[in-house]
Amino acid sequence: MHRFAKPSVFLKLTGAMMPWVVALTVILTAAGLYLALIGSPVDYQQGNTVRIMYIHVPAAWMGLFCYVGMALCGAMSLIWKHPLADICARATAPVGATFTALTLITGSLWGEPMWGTWWVWDARLTSMLILLFLYLGYIALVNAFDDPERGSKAGSALALVGAINVPIVKFSVDWWNTLHQPASVARMGGPTIDPSMLAPLLIMAFAFTGYYFIVLVLRVRLELNQRRIRALQLSGLFDERPVASGDHDELAYDQGHNAGASK
Amino acid sequence: MSLSRAKSRKRQRMYIVMAALLAVGAAAALALTAFEDSVVFFFSPTEIAEKSPIDPDQRLRVGGLVEEGSLKKLGGGETVTFIVTDMANAVTISYTGILPDLFREGQGVVAEGHMGSEGQFIASEVLAKHDENYMPPEVADSLKKSGYWEEIEARNAEQMRN
Repeated sequence: MHRFAKPSVFLKLTGAMMPWVVALTVILTAAGLYLALIGSPVDYQQGNTVRIMYIHVPAAWMGLFCYVGMALCGAMSLIWKHPLADICARATAPVGATFTALTLITGSLWGEPMWGTWWVWDARLTSMLILLFLYLGYIALVNAFDDPERGSKAGSALALVGAINVPIVKFSVDWWNTLHQPASVARMGGPTIDPSMLAPLLIMAFAFTGYYFIVLVLRVRLELNQRRIRALQLSGLFDERPVASGDHDELAYDQGHNAGASK
Repeated sequence: MSLSRAKSRKRQRMYIVMAALLAVGAAAALALTAFEDSVVFFFSPTEIAEKSPIDPDQRLRVGGLVEEGSLKKLGGGETVTFIVTDMANAVTISYTGILPDLFREGQGVVAEGHMGSEGQFIASEVLAKHDENYMPPEVADSLKKSGYWEEIEARNAEQMRN
């Protein structure tokens, strides 16, 4: 695993995967949107309002998925001091926060016509709002220190403690009475959603996952490049001569990257 | 030698992280169990029956399925009464106002208000509770014809009892 955690390896690997993932995500998004908005039937009760579900549910899944990823990266950064894990956690936070906010907004837009209210303080809605605050708290915390390493430590601790909220979000609808419905897809006894609606939902979920992967790689790349620039500036390389060979390029990534990691 | 020390430090950190997670998880579980009555969004008719007599000044929510054929319009039609059931117990609810679009007999609702005299619940707000079933109208029709519908309604009532 440590082998893959080297920035140069990460860049090579993701660089090779990127065009395929982008192509796949574009296709999935186009197909998913068509099926969700036009090519799927209306619901017997909700009518066309059901189409909000095709955004709401994948966004909610991704909100939780990103948090799990962020907490795992936080654990790796705390335990093994992997700088790349820390970068991944920091890169995931705003994406996960956006997915969570999207869930809350679309849920609210659906709730008004269907439930008759924009918002209630039931266990599912409240725990999802807490999830958003955990993301925002993490983002604020990691940026609150002059020393990035201290920020990472505090942020990782917060991400890990907040991970307790993830099963609470998922099982809130089973443990307590809520206005929010129980699970329709990931439940014992199979989905309670018609296959003609489940298919677009799953396609949208894969499209959202692809989108997350793309944004994550772009954000990690940006951070690696910024660190590399900083390392090159520190080494005084910019003052003297331009970088000569490709080999040197790669070395600079890992050197700058691991500057604080060998402890 | 120094390598193994680094390894044992990593292991130590891993144990600390796992212990902290366990402690936080246990604390959360205890807190949520202790405050269960305020975490639940509504009480089922059975819970209402267990709790009664309930102070008329206490605001609370009742949830359940609207019993088939129980919806009655009173006076000018502004005020309605209906029975909410979890198939074990039932509560009669009276409400003045506009019902949500999804309000239907046989469907879940949550009413907020207080207990009136004669065991009636006076609601100031009624929300529709959407269940976890998604299907096109044709599928719903064929389910109703085949008699599979009762199974779904029984499951919904079960969930209301929770």
